Amino acid sequence: MAKMIGMIGTSHIPAIGRAVDQGLENTPYWVDFFAGYKPMREFLQAQKPDIAVLFYNDHGLSMFLDKKPTFAIGAAAQYENADEGWGINPIPALTGETELSWHIINHLIENDFDPTVCQEIKVDHGATVPMSVLWPNHSYQRIKVIPVAINCERHPMPKPSRSYAFGKAIGDAIRSWNSEEKVVVLGTGGLSHQLDGERAGYLNTDFDRMCMDQLVTNPEALCQYTNDDLTRIAGAQGVELAMWLAARGCFSGPVKEVERRLVAPISNTAAGLQLLLPA
Amino acid sequence: MADSSTPHGTYKFDGAMATLGYNLNRMCFTFNEAAGREAFLQDEAAYCDKFGLNEVQKEAILKRDIITLLRNGGSIYYLAKFAGVLGLNVQDLGGIMTGQTTAEFQAYLDSQKVGKPNG
Repeated sequence: MAKMIGMIGTSHIPAIGRAVDQGLENTPYWVDFFAGYKPMREFLQAQKPDIAVLFYNDHGLSMFLDKKPTFAIGAAAQYENADEGWGINPIPALTGETELSWHIINHLIENDFDPTVCQEIKVDHGATVPMSVLWPNHSYQRIKVIPVAINCERHPMPKPSRSYAFGKAIGDAIRSWNSEEKVVVLGTGGLSHQLDGERAGYLNTDFDRMCMDQLVTNPEALCQYTNDDLTRIAGAQGVELAMWLAARGCFSGPVKEVERRLVAPISNTAAGLQLLLPA
Repeated sequence: MADSSTPHGTYKFDGAMATLGYNLNRMCFTFNEAAGREAFLQDEAAYCDKFGLNEVQKEAILKRDIITLLRNGGSIYYLAKFAGVLGLNVQDLGGIMTGQTTAEFQAYLDSQKVGKPNG
């Protein structure tokens, strides 16, 4: 049986990738945030997971509005990326894990989730920033990745409760995979922020703190929120909590918190970092 | 009953907005590629016409009027790519939308600071 070693929640904004590229990790603006990655990198170095199941949202690189999936899962041997229009340096492709991808897809559809299956897809900063920050200097190339995308752009979006249940089904699938591989789950994005409108710059770190508490002890409590609630309470892009909920849903039993950071502002966001291990 | 109200200064990107803004967003989607960015900068009005933007949207693109673009179906994801073409970052964009300088917008963000004892 594949072994799920833990969950990492992390912001995925492009500014983090740029900070790494420009060697800014120890500057006053960034130092407190990047300090949170140290124990995560040490955990990953020590545990050496074989596979990362990575929940992210596409921000208009591959999943344009013409055919935008609500839930999508990658089933490709590799995943390229692009500059996305900001001159971000593309990084070497992520390596896929098609056997587990198809195992998860078969399990999901058998259990009444019907995601879009992507045999070729470019992943954006939502996926590349977490990978390159958690495994620096391109060392992520040794890890096989299964990107799972949740629509966080156009309403209607999946309800938080649905994203959590979707993650639960993916966790069941991973646990039932006949393999000795070690799997780490990444929930990316968030936490509170709003990019658009006259309300741009709105953060709610009290709410973020409560969400991080509940992710440890009682994630179901977060399933009561609607996406309209999250927009109101955590900002328009606060709906990215979906990926953290899906990642947490992968773990069926209790978890313990090993590391937590909440740092704001990082770019226009309250940036969360959390490492949870099966208790 | 659930509160589905949208906060002031927030433009919910739903089906109606996505319909209204489809051509605008389709144009900004091309800014993922260098060729799209260059073609736009060469003749902005002609590029807007090529994608069938309406007059309000076209005028707002030419004037960098981000709020009007949001009110006319622009998705912030694609408007961010438009900002990228103009060499603006998300703090610049925040300043423009809130009627502040970038420094003032940054100060607003900083007023919400947590977890930065060294920064």
